[in-house]
Amino acid sequence: MDAPLATNTADPLDSLLGAARTISHGAPIRDELVSDIYSRSRQICKLAVQYEDKKKLQSTYKLDKILTSKIWGYPIMFAILGVVFWITITGANVPSGWIADFFGVIEGYLTAGFQAVHAPAWLHGVLVLGFFRGTAWVISVMLPPMAIFFPVFALLENFGYLPRVAFNMDRLFKKSGGHGKQALTMSMGFGCNAAAILSTRIIESPRERMLAILTNNFVPCNGRWPTLILLSSLFMAAGVGAGLHSLATAGVVMGMVLFGIIVTLTVSWVLSKTALRGVPTHYTLELPPYRRPQIWKTILLSSRDKSLNVLTRAVVVAAPAGVITWILGNIFIGGDSILAHMAGFFEPFGHMIGLDGYIIMAFLLGLPANEIVLPILLMGYMSSGAMVDADGLDNIKDIFLQHGWTWLTALNMMLFSLLHYPCGTTLFNIYKETKSVKWTVLSAVIPLGIAIAVTFIVAQTARWLGWV
Amino acid sequence: MRPYTVALAGNPNTGKSTLFNTLTGLRQHTGNWAGKTVVSAEGEFIHEDTAFRMIDLPGTYSLYSNSADEEVARDYIIFEQPDVTIVVLDATSLERNLNLALQVLEMTSRVVVCINLMDEAKKLGIRVDTDQIERQLGVPVVAVSARNKTGIDTLLDKVAEIASGSHVPKPVPVIYNDDIEKKIAQLEPLIRQTLGDRFPARWVALRLLDEDESLISSLRAKLHEQPATEQKEEIRYGRTACH
Repeated sequence: MDAPLATNTADPLDSLLGAARTISHGAPIRDELVSDIYSRSRQICKLAVQYEDKKKLQSTYKLDKILTSKIWGYPIMFAILGVVFWITITGANVPSGWIADFFGVIEGYLTAGFQAVHAPAWLHGVLVLGFFRGTAWVISVMLPPMAIFFPVFALLENFGYLPRVAFNMDRLFKKSGGHGKQALTMSMGFGCNAAAILSTRIIESPRERMLAILTNNFVPCNGRWPTLILLSSLFMAAGVGAGLHSLATAGVVMGMVLFGIIVTLTVSWVLSKTALRGVPTHYTLELPPYRRPQIWKTILLSSRDKSLNVLTRAVVVAAPAGVITWILGNIFIGGDSILAHMAGFFEPFGHMIGLDGYIIMAFLLGLPANEIVLPILLMGYMSSGAMVDADGLDNIKDIFLQHGWTWLTALNMMLFSLLHYPCGTTLFNIYKETKSVKWTVLSAVIPLGIAIAVTFIVAQTARWLGWV
Repeated sequence: MRPYTVALAGNPNTGKSTLFNTLTGLRQHTGNWAGKTVVSAEGEFIHEDTAFRMIDLPGTYSLYSNSADEEVARDYIIFEQPDVTIVVLDATSLERNLNLALQVLEMTSRVVVCINLMDEAKKLGIRVDTDQIERQLGVPVVAVSARNKTGIDTLLDKVAEIASGSHVPKPVPVIYNDDIEKKIAQLEPLIRQTLGDRFPARWVALRLLDEDESLISSLRAKLHEQPATEQKEEIRYGRTACH
């Protein structure tokens, strides 16, 4: 392209660029630049760096021969994942019970206090049965698993295992048209989808980054772990003996995660064949040396940064949600509460996909944060007549059973939770990162469509086969 | 007095965030994988009664605007013009890491090169002659282990010297092949004429010859907006960007 060397055009930058083009004759110089810089680096290193023993350099990568081997890579990965779940589930069970008991006692005192000062029933209802109970639920169900899962995950991360996971899964993601680093952003999604959306910035190609963004919520985030763990523990592993119970629960949760990964790959594949066509780009994935994590520091940091933050957020959202749910459940129009009317409205649709009206409503009200779906559901159930004093995990199951739950309801609730639209914060981040209303809407609609389709098929099949 | 600004640049996973935590006393979660820091974080520290504001840039392999990360790091160094840029290098893979240092030196001379993970290099039997690297690059080079907190004081002394202007480094430029050097020589005076001394002319020449569209549009935006009211994204501590 020809341009005058210097003109008085409005934009001096354009004339500079024109000059540059004239000088370079349109020949790209990137390769030459890079090769000159590299040879300079090599030159400096030759002068300044000495290796005592080249073999020693390789020693840190010995472990990789096993952890990323074709045969052992996947089994080890699943084993590690399984152990993490198992530790989380077994470890969380007991303290969950303690915390629930503790809050139960406090609630007793609060109720007694309200009665002592002759507070009106509605005030007690809003503050104790709504606000306090809702918050207590969230803390006792969520805190213990998070306090175990996050530090364990952070230790694995600091050790250097995550890039190995990406390395193992690279081939799968390539085949589905995505980017190998999508395995990394997916792993971040296990912690928090909203944060994982930001981490997709490490993917250079816009097309592949979009794939990573659109499929990120198919792995359960911390807001959904408790739902998955609780329901699989109460319903899926119910028939298994006490000793194997937590093992079976871990197995079910792991199955959910694997299913989520399969959906991630499938959706990536479909999108890369349709709306986001393109060839996967090449990239270098760095396998850092394994480093011994600073154990206590990691545990304390992840507890403070992750567990506490997530809990704060859950409480901040759950407290008002508890109040609103209580109010909706206690204002009666024509004999039924507003909550019951709303649930009734969603009931036919809910039944079609193996859920019920209350569950649908909980998911709708839970848009701001997945953490509050389960508490809202329980509060909805409790305010609808069956007043159970729910201060233990067994009682939670009774509440569900009284509302006609079967294993199918639990399974489909887990599936819906795994697959449905991401939380409000995540959607907001997606909008910030893509600057596109279209993709933001799609990132909610695609998962929702899949969630409905999958639960519909499961429910109809199970009923048709007469399993429920 | 306004605190000096110090930017931390470097390849991914060289321990920038660990160094950042060590210096600022903040406790940001660090990870052992490339790309952990995606948004720049800020913190402050004081060294011998002088205040510094430190920015942890995302880790990048180059500054040739291949990805959003690289653009963030590049724009910060070029447009915000920090008083000092610390380039963190991984002692165990210096050859690859030095590329980035050389690229940063083309953008600014106010650089301290910090060779991190010295403890790990020692374990692997790698001996690094920092004086030699210093002679080759023309800027101060300090060996540290951010994790064991060794070499930090020396690093900060050098940073303070450069920030205050008591030491003005003269980086040794990378000499490209004759063809490219000739083109640079042609273009440089034009750039000085148009843009003045606001930006490093040699580096701008290289970017223009490389037809770096992303830089050109950043530059255009910068020239038009004049008083900088740029939106910066940062993480506040104690609260992550997620839930």
